Parts: sequence; structure tokens; C-alpha cells
Amino acid sequence: MIRTEFLCKSFGKLDVLKDISTNIEKGEVVAIIGPSGSGKSTFLRCLNLLEVPTRGRVYIDNVDITQPQIDIKKVRQNMGMVFQHFNLFPHKTVLQNVTYGPCKVKQISKPEAEKLGLDLLTKVGLAEKANVYPSRLSGGQKQRVAIARALAMQPEVMLFDEPTSALDPEMVKEVLDVMKGLVESGMTMAIVTHEMGFAREVADRILFLETGRLVEDAPPDVFFTQPKSERACQFLEKVL
Amino acid sequence: MLRFTSALLAQTGLALDFSKIVPSIPFILQGIGVTLAFTLVSALIGFSWGTILSIFKISNIKPLKWFADFYTSIFRGTPLILQLAIIYYATPQLLGYPIPGFQAGVIAFALNSAAYSSETIRGGILAVDKGQREAAMTLGVSYPLFMWDIILPQAFKNILPALVNESIALLKDSALVSTIGAQDLMRRADIVRAEKFIYFEPYIFVGLIYYVMITGFTLVARRLELRMRKSD
Repeated sequence: MIRTEFLCKSFGKLDVLKDISTNIEKGEVVAIIGPSGSGKSTFLRCLNLLEVPTRGRVYIDNVDITQPQIDIKKVRQNMGMVFQHFNLFPHKTVLQNVTYGPCKVKQISKPEAEKLGLDLLTKVGLAEKANVYPSRLSGGQKQRVAIARALAMQPEVMLFDEPTSALDPEMVKEVLDVMKGLVESGMTMAIVTHEMGFAREVADRILFLETGRLVEDAPPDVFFTQPKSERACQFLEKVL
Repeated sequence: MLRFTSALLAQTGLALDFSKIVPSIPFILQGIGVTLAFTLVSALIGFSWGTILSIFKISNIKPLKWFADFYTSIFRGTPLILQLAIIYYATPQLLGYPIPGFQAGVIAFALNSAAYSSETIRGGILAVDKGQREAAMTLGVSYPLFMWDIILPQAFKNILPALVNESIALLKDSALVSTIGAQDLMRRADIVRAEKFIYFEPYIFVGLIYYVMITGFTLVARRLELRMRKSD
């Protein structure tokens, strides 16, 4: 479904990603972990070209999306993304946030989009907040709305960029629960996270990045119990 | 009451007699419409053009950016009354037909106001969190739609007080069109002055009208601002 080949990204002289080649199958849940500054977020952001790779290729369904003739807007419509800082539209109500994409990008009729939006808000447990502005929500609620907004485009893949890092501890669970629901529904997901317990529980594979290199790529049981690299051992010692 | 005040002022040596301008009051009041229409049209065109210029300024296309920066430097770097004179007196020499005072004024004020407001709007756009852009991009929103639906509403909300200031400045500066014959409040006061050979009364009278209009406008703007803050 998603394949990267020798993906490199540099910011000026700083090489953030170095030759990352991997793939994510349809229905697979991949957790991307590693120390801060290891390039996890940059890697994720290269998958939908929020960051344009310096070298290398990104294939979505065997189409190289780094080619200039690709309409990246079309590709992105199929890849939902959830951010650390939610990035909800503050001047739109919760329901308007969720229906904006379907209405304006997919040109679905307003009543239809609202029905879809309310369904999704019900799914994330926020139907009663449909008509309030995001400023009235807690962090956990905002993130659940952001997930509903991404899902409203009915994407085939969901990318999560540290979705719980900006949350108060007691709000982490409500967001992770929504994400677990998504995993159960069979969604293809790539998740950058610091929640090791969550990664271990839901991921099919763990990608461990360190200074821009993909150091380990293993199922969670293997990765968390017998990591191959010394760097992963050190990392796990610190976080577990 | 008027006579009483006049008598009182006469004793102090300043003989004001507002009753003298009473017959001219309807004539002066008609200037309110002209002044308001002038300000409104200038502000609408000015802010629209200013928005386009501000988008040029943040654009990646270098010539657009250069054009907008150059434009702003010209209109900020020369007196408004000179710009007005060039448009009203000089361009007809070029085009071969005269421009009516009102139109010439609107053109000059809109072009001038666009230069100032484009800087304000640019600041407002840049102040919007960059996460908004990424959120819109990941939904596959096109750039024009993203600007119109996501960025500009937030930018305008942030800069509303500055735009209110700019509008007040426009309303007051609109008195300059009296110099090119548009029949605004100021011009009408001048006409009454010339007809009756009285100075204080017509000027104070229109001064009061300007003051009331601007105070009223400020109150309306406050209301609007409060309503827009409802999403905070």
C-alpha cells in the first residue's frame, strides 16, 4: 500500500532521513518510535509529501507520488492525518470542521456530509459537541474531533503524528481508545508515538528510527523483548 | 437655546449664531450620504485590493512580490493629496476625458488604502498558525479555497481593530475630496461659509457630524468584534 525506497530528507546540511526503505501493507498498523530528533515525524510527513523528500521515492498503491505530474491533493484526500497540536479550524464549529473536507473538496451535498459528520462524531463520542467551537473542548476532545475530521474524507490510510503528546495524561486514554477502534475496523495506520504500551498492544510492526536511519523493523513482541541493535536496547531501557 | 448660547458667546467677544445656518442644515446633511458612500466604496475596494496585494507579498512568485512591495512603497511614500491631484487633474490629460471628483477620489483613496491595508492583512495572514495550512493540505484543499475559507477569516478577525482604525482614517481623510469638488460634508460646509460669510458655525456643525459618525462606527465595530470573538 505504502512503499518507500531510499527515502532521504535534508534540511540544509542536516540529514534528517537517510535511505529509509520500507513498506506498509493494507490493513497493517505500524508504530514508528525512536528518540526525539530521530526523524520519526519527518518520515511520516514524507509519506503524504508534507515534507518533500530530498531523494528517494514514495509509492502509494504502486504509484510514485514524488513524480511532478502527480496531483498530490488527490493522493492526500486518501490519506488522513492527525497532528500533535490537533490543528482544528478555530473559526468553525466541531461539525463544520468535520464536514469541511467532504463538502468543499469532495463536493458532497451538505445534508449528506452532516449526516456522515454526525455519524463520525458519534463514533468518537462527541455528537453532543457538534455545534460548539473547538476552543470549548479539552485537548482529548479536540484530538478526537481531529480524528473524525480526517476520517470524514474516508481515507484508506491514517497517519498519526504523536497524537497524544500534547495531551494531559488523563486525556490520553480517550484518544487511544478511539484509535484502537480504528485498528479493529481494519484501517491501515502509521503512528508516530511515545506510548510504548499502546504501540506494543496495537501495532503489527514497530519501526525504530535513530538519527535518521531505520534501525529495526520487527513485530512488537520481538522488538520489545529482544531488540537486535544496541541503540534500541538503550532506548527501551529508558522508556520502559 | 441657540440664541441664549449665542448671546452668552457674544459677551465673551465670540459672536456665534448657529441660527444663521439653520436654513442650510438640510443642504449640509445631504453631505453625510456622500461622505459615507465615498468612505464605504473606497474601503471596500481598498481592502479587497489590499487583500490581493497581501497575497502577492507572501507569494513564492517573485515578480508578484516585487510588484506589491513597489506598489506599497509608492503609495506610502507620497502624499495622499498629491495622488488625488494626479488622478483628478493629471490623468485626464493622458486619457483625454475628465474624471468626476467622486470617482477620482474613490480611485485615489482605494489605491492608497490598499497599500496600507495590504501590510496589515499580510501580518494577519502570517499570524495564523501554520498548522492550519497543514491541516488543510492533508484534506486536499486547494490553495485558493484554503486562503478564502481558512486563512482569511482568521486573519481578518485578528486584524479587525487595525482595519477599523484604517476605516476611521479613511472617513476623516475623505474630507480631502472637497478639494476636487465632490459634494461631501466638508465641501458643503465650505459652500455655506462662502455664501453666508460665517466660519465657525458651519465648520463646528460638520465637525460634530464627523465626530458622531465615527463614534457610532466605533461602537458598531466593537459589537462586531465581540461577536467574532464568540469562537474563542
